[in-house]
Amino acid sequence: MFYREAGDFKTSYAADNQTFPIKFDRMGYYTALVIAFLVVPFIINDYWANAILLPFLIYAIAALGLNILVGYCGQVSLGTGGFMAVGAYACYKLMTSMPEVNIFFHIIISGGITGLVCVLFGLPSLRIKGFYLAVATLAAQFFLVWLFNRVPWFYNYSASGQINAPERSVFGIEVTGPNTEAWATYLFCLVFLVASALIARNMTRGMAGRKWMAIRDMDIAAEIIGVNPLKAKISAFAVSGFFVGISGALFFSVYLGAVEVGEAFGINKSFLVLFMIIIGGLGSIFGSFAGAAFLVLLPVVLKVVGVDWLGWPTDMVAHLQLVIVGGMIVMFLILEPHGLAQLWRVTKQKLRLWPFPH
Amino acid sequence: MKKIFVTAVAGLMAAAPAMADLVFPSLSYRTGPYAAGGIPFADGYADYFTLLNERDGGIGGVMTKLLECETGYNTEKGVECYESTKGEGALVYQPLSTGITYQLIPKTTADDIPMHTMGYGRTSAANGNVFSHTFNYPGTYWNGASGAVNYLLETNGGDIKGKKIALVYHNSAYGKEPIRTLEELQKKHGYELSLLPVDHPGQEQKSQWLQIRREKPDYVLMWGWGVMNQVAVQEAANIRFPMENFIGIWWSGAEHDVLSAGDKANGYKALTFHNVGRDFPVFEDIQKYVVDAGKAAGAGDQIGNVLYNRGLYAAMLAAEAAKTAQGIHGTADITPAMMRDGMEALEITEEKMAALGMPNFGPSFSVSCENHGGPGLVGVTQWDAGSKTWSLISDFKPTDMEVIGALIEADSGSYASENNIEAQCK
Repeated sequence: MFYREAGDFKTSYAADNQTFPIKFDRMGYYTALVIAFLVVPFIINDYWANAILLPFLIYAIAALGLNILVGYCGQVSLGTGGFMAVGAYACYKLMTSMPEVNIFFHIIISGGITGLVCVLFGLPSLRIKGFYLAVATLAAQFFLVWLFNRVPWFYNYSASGQINAPERSVFGIEVTGPNTEAWATYLFCLVFLVASALIARNMTRGMAGRKWMAIRDMDIAAEIIGVNPLKAKISAFAVSGFFVGISGALFFSVYLGAVEVGEAFGINKSFLVLFMIIIGGLGSIFGSFAGAAFLVLLPVVLKVVGVDWLGWPTDMVAHLQLVIVGGMIVMFLILEPHGLAQLWRVTKQKLRLWPFPH
Repeated sequence: MKKIFVTAVAGLMAAAPAMADLVFPSLSYRTGPYAAGGIPFADGYADYFTLLNERDGGIGGVMTKLLECETGYNTEKGVECYESTKGEGALVYQPLSTGITYQLIPKTTADDIPMHTMGYGRTSAANGNVFSHTFNYPGTYWNGASGAVNYLLETNGGDIKGKKIALVYHNSAYGKEPIRTLEELQKKHGYELSLLPVDHPGQEQKSQWLQIRREKPDYVLMWGWGVMNQVAVQEAANIRFPMENFIGIWWSGAEHDVLSAGDKANGYKALTFHNVGRDFPVFEDIQKYVVDAGKAAGAGDQIGNVLYNRGLYAAMLAAEAAKTAQGIHGTADITPAMMRDGMEALEITEEKMAALGMPNFGPSFSVSCENHGGPGLVGVTQWDAGSKTWSLISDFKPTDMEVIGALIEADSGSYASENNIEAQCK
């Protein structure tokens, strides 16, 4: 009944190849965009922005980036935390050394810098694969965190080694610093997320994405049909690094405002983003969103239910949360290895025929 | 239908006075690698407010309400906790984490809510001219660093020239705080300082202690927290470093830090800015009104521990500030902004503490608009592994405010110019 193709005629290749070829889907997508841009900013408050929506938007960008590398190109990376730190510190250095440039460009340039660093650490991927590559990227994680802790230039020689985001504005509206409005920070991050998702979607269904997927599925066969593994892998690292860098820059400047590298960008962050794409769905744009939403919302929901409604002790809820998240990851891997995205695909398929499945 | 309506109205009426409670959020951490320190502090903090409610009927006739929120010493969760509690009328934040403090300094200032970071956080917040909403009385890390050096001077007859001092520190904003002060004092007193960072969470310290064994420093200072403390004390015992030459900051000197090393930890020293033990009348009241009534926070097994006392002390200072605020503004129902005024006008005297059942629990001091850091008096405690107790071996003594004052001026000055803050005191 839903998702009917009947009566939905396409008269051009462009129409046939669009992201949401089914009308119902397309309408849903436009509705979501309208709500996100025109409704949410009016009802948002500090709690929703800082506790739920900002982390979701920012982690979704990181998940998109990692999904390109791991999900589309098949190169396992455990260095996401370190690469986010590169984005954050690049943004900090740019913000403090060139205050006259708009923060918007600082964040994009931070993404570019992270892309370059990511390429550097991606070079070993040309020789090693799988677990060994994971270990090489793990080295990147530890090296980068150590570097930002060790070299005072990165934190402008501050006594504590912390970096603090100064106040910056876009069109006269503050987006970083303590005096920001919830809707401003939300919209700022939303713009980056929507742009990232559009770029990622169009790259992954174009030639670049097909090359990545060919490398992922079988690199020797890909090489035989004319895919240059050097270019494909390096480009995947660069694009992935770009998105991860943007998310790191936003994470530091808009969301937290003050960051300490070991605490904010430790190995836990790498695993968190990896779990997001595994739960959400490897090789799926929607999966990146779903995974980020799931892992950001779950702790908040558990806390609200456990502490605020049931009145349980806070430490018990915190422990339960670990148990439940762990249990859910195991459950997902067993029951639906392709993640929430596959669940959504199956649901759509069922809904298409519903209520007459035969 | 009518019955439902009546109960609903009655429910509302019953709920309405609860809105006027004095809300004290407790951003605690009872989980994770720092829980060993977080639990006793949170218990002490909660028990004192329970005691006030049970014994005195709140503060100035208004009941207190504690909102506990688990941060796990994690900044992101700290932000979530801050946002979820600030709407409930939170009067003062005490995050017990230097990382979260840095996060909240600009936020609390923008939201006009005071924050008290007792003996942690950003030291230069002692300059109330710049940091209007952040308080760190009665002492700061830099007082701690200077207090440790003063203690060494005292035990060495006033001369520590050429002595080797090693600083083992948590490689984070927290651990890096004392470095600049120690470097300044190095110029003044001529000791040799070596720095040994330990990465989060601090279980891995073999190489640092190997280096200590090789370099044989005369004294080791430690800025540690959580599991790092236990591991360091154990490692020091393993290389047979003389424990009486090993001094921890006040966050590295609780029972759980030394118990695991057993007898070998005997003689280990730690700084403090409040008294230790449970030899105070207030503990009888806690036993009577809180523990026996079955209202003790957590497992109720931390009472009298060093960090429990610190939580108690923090709660006492908050309650006294609330009382001061009630006095200034002439209303029992204070807002966070009034609470800030109360904290700025806080005066703690020996008589006041004695009246609260806590004689000589901490130094007497008063806060002013310019000075949010208090007098910075530092005492030294020592661990006796035989009787399993900490005892105060050096009374609260002044620190080198000449050096510290200049550093505070410089650091807060750069913060003020970065953020365009004008002096708030007239």
